[in-house]
Amino acid sequence: MSAKRQKRKQPLPAPGEWTFELIEAYHAEIDRVARDYGLDTYPNQIELITSEQMMDAYSSVGMPVNYHHWSFGKSFLQTEKGYRRGQMGLAYEIVINSNPCIAYLMEENTMTMQALVIAHAAYGHNSFFKGNYLFRQWTNADAIVDYLLFARNYLSECEERYGEEEVELLLDSCHALMNVGVDRYKRPAKLSLTKELTRQRERAEYLQSQVNDLWRTLPTQQIKTQAVETRRFPPEPQENLLYFIEKNAPLLEPWQREVVRIVRKIGQYFFPQRQTQVMNEGWATYWHYTLINTLFDEGLLTDSFMMEFLHSHTNVVYQPAYNEPWYRGLNPYALGFAMWQDIQRICEHPTDEDRYWFPDIAGSNWRETFDFAMRNFKDESFIAQFLSPKVMRDFRLFAILDDDHEGKLKVSAIHDEAGYRKVREILSDNYNLGSREPNLQVWNVDLRGDRSLTLRHQAYLRRPLSDAADEVIKHVARLWGFAVKMEVAHEDGRIEVLYERHQDRRKTDKN
Amino acid sequence: MVRIIDRRFDSKNKSAVNRQRFMRRFKGQIREAVADAIAGRSIKDLDNGESVSIPSKDLSEPQFHHGRGGIWETVFTGNDQFSSGDQINRPQGGGGGGSGKGKASKDGEGEDDFVFNLSREEFLDVFFDDLALPNLVKTQLARIQEYKNQRAGFTNDGTPANINVVRSLRGALGRRLALASPYQGRLRELQKQIAELLETHPEDDPEIIRLKDEIGILRAKIEAIPFIDSFDLRYNNRIKIPKPTTQAVMFCIMDVSGSMDEGKKATAKRFFMLLYLFLTRTYEHIEVVFIRHHTVAKEVNEEDFFHSRESGGTVVSSAIELMKEILHQRYLNGAWNVYGAQASDGDNWENDSPHCRELLSTAILPFLQYFAYIEITPGEPQNLWREYEKLVGAHANFAMQHIEGLPDIYPVFRELFKKKLA
Repeated sequence: MSAKRQKRKQPLPAPGEWTFELIEAYHAEIDRVARDYGLDTYPNQIELITSEQMMDAYSSVGMPVNYHHWSFGKSFLQTEKGYRRGQMGLAYEIVINSNPCIAYLMEENTMTMQALVIAHAAYGHNSFFKGNYLFRQWTNADAIVDYLLFARNYLSECEERYGEEEVELLLDSCHALMNVGVDRYKRPAKLSLTKELTRQRERAEYLQSQVNDLWRTLPTQQIKTQAVETRRFPPEPQENLLYFIEKNAPLLEPWQREVVRIVRKIGQYFFPQRQTQVMNEGWATYWHYTLINTLFDEGLLTDSFMMEFLHSHTNVVYQPAYNEPWYRGLNPYALGFAMWQDIQRICEHPTDEDRYWFPDIAGSNWRETFDFAMRNFKDESFIAQFLSPKVMRDFRLFAILDDDHEGKLKVSAIHDEAGYRKVREILSDNYNLGSREPNLQVWNVDLRGDRSLTLRHQAYLRRPLSDAADEVIKHVARLWGFAVKMEVAHEDGRIEVLYERHQDRRKTDKN
Repeated sequence: MVRIIDRRFDSKNKSAVNRQRFMRRFKGQIREAVADAIAGRSIKDLDNGESVSIPSKDLSEPQFHHGRGGIWETVFTGNDQFSSGDQINRPQGGGGGGSGKGKASKDGEGEDDFVFNLSREEFLDVFFDDLALPNLVKTQLARIQEYKNQRAGFTNDGTPANINVVRSLRGALGRRLALASPYQGRLRELQKQIAELLETHPEDDPEIIRLKDEIGILRAKIEAIPFIDSFDLRYNNRIKIPKPTTQAVMFCIMDVSGSMDEGKKATAKRFFMLLYLFLTRTYEHIEVVFIRHHTVAKEVNEEDFFHSRESGGTVVSSAIELMKEILHQRYLNGAWNVYGAQASDGDNWENDSPHCRELLSTAILPFLQYFAYIEITPGEPQNLWREYEKLVGAHANFAMQHIEGLPDIYPVFRELFKKKLA
């Protein structure tokens, strides 16, 4: 808090209790300062909710509307239990990547907390949603709420027509594959409600005819297609399992394909969030800190407001050390906040070290650098690009190598001259979804035989699949309708079959 | 532009549907938990929910993740002692620190069971579900049926018999005062003027006559205000408030001879519980007398009633005899509503059954609100049933039912509820 400016304004009142007038007044000031800093946001929609509504929002994965499913009931019960027993507090806010950007404020919050949340969510996250390339590519803020509404209506229609149980089983299976429903290296088409609705029926019929491709293996044609017997399907391995099933599973009804698609689309919507935790939370934290402090410097905030604000802020960016009992890994808020602050420092007051490590940005305009970094990176690349030796020293980062063939763990690098690059590389890789999650591919469909589907896990650094995979394979088999095999390709070239599920729909299912 | 919206008063219970879905999905486990709870509970204890625990393995939502093993390289914070190349021992237990990102947690092993609480309503729902109660009865059970009248102030309408005279006249007086007050003011003014004029003028002065005429008109107007009007009337108000009628005693008679196995006892327990539940809706205070019998009958506490094992033959009349004794000793002072419920597998000593019928018919049924007999047996009705059948026509307060499973219990109550509804 510098006292650069004279305290010349009358401070805003800071009672414990908030009122709508006060929220509006604080918002107006925060908005003004945010514009001065050039933050570009979607219009804001601030909604005051009760703690019960907050739990509702938690359990429908933070969405204002969602279809019904038992798993949401489960997470509601979990949240409720934890909250009622005081084992956990609820988050102060939830913000939804939509246009207008919806931010939920809990009624229990004090006025200070409401102001913090407005700065954090309605300006920090909001501007990130609008600017970052992943969000721009993968999500469509204009359409998401409409799409969720469409999804809910569609699913309840299906429930009416085909029975709740049928739909629930299908959703179970789809949820199991939600994480493998994304093409990491392909750009998705934009969501649009009108398009979805008009094309949906058309697509349903078209798809059904496409699927018949798989059936073109009837004996009469066998002779003709002898030449292409070795034809692979899919011609290239596919990483988007849900998409593959949606388009190719032979026995799914059109409505079932639509449901698979809905789950896939919603899963895809969360894809950017999983990859920008450090950046996004750090960005929002940086901006609530900066905006509120600017207002304080202008004399708009009282000392008591600032004390409470700083108390909360400090809690948010607390980073325990590895050997403390409450250590839960790196705190994305802490790391992100430190990195953004550090980038500003490098721009404004670069040291020789900074000039050596970051020749491009040392001494540059920090607002432009911020904008560039916010728009064009995700956690993995953001860390690889911008994590400075100073932050590594401040956090006393060190890397541990855990090889299950070795008896001991090895410290592979620490925060010293020799280790900076290595630590940064490893940390960046820790945030890389590609190495964090198993690499699975749709490898082959036995077109000429039993139509079984083969999935392949490309093992990386000998990391095995968890036992839950067996369960997931059951779900895949349910969707595919025929046998499903899961094999693992070890790095030394060995192929090993892990699980095999036989499914004969004609026997087990009424369809 | 910002929009600030107050959502706090929007519909509550948005998650109710999801909660329902959850309950339906785990219906099996929940039913089991409720069945366990019923086995462990006193039959009087139906007003609490129940906490249900479901193994988290059943609840898991599997996804593809890495398992433990292989090579992991992870960054930690707060280095206080390490340099590059150091070798350290793996941390013991919990598998925390050293390896990756808590990979094991998703597998569902070693996690606690998922525990959540059924509300009282949900608990009863499951309980009722088992017994196949029709919806109407479910609401009946949740409702209190007897009322008593109680004064509750006054109302503007009612029957003439309820007119409250004091209140009505007080209202009328007030109305008259209020309506007359403009005239009264004018009247007083005129009278004052006349008094003043009379000091200087003769009585037949035209001004005085004019004033007197006006006074006459005003008086007439005041007179015209009705003494009492329909909207002055006030009636004593009486409202019905639910009144649990005093007290009841419930006799539970159960055959504990060798042929009654645990399953039959569990069925009998549901039957007694349902009767008890019904009685709690109607009575404030309920005593329960437990009588068990084989060849001899004995009054016992609830614990022994359901759980101690006996064997041997069956003489039902011993229990009926004991019931009669207790009934006449303790509960026939007019303050008790008496209910009886008997559960048996119907297997009685042949010559004893007519004696039972006799006893019931003469010494017991005349004093009872209701007596229900259930025969829990998979096969043909036994001799006790055939004797009891003769009672059905003669006594309106006697009901019997042959039960094979839980859903058969309800029809016993049908008669009873019908009567109460009428």
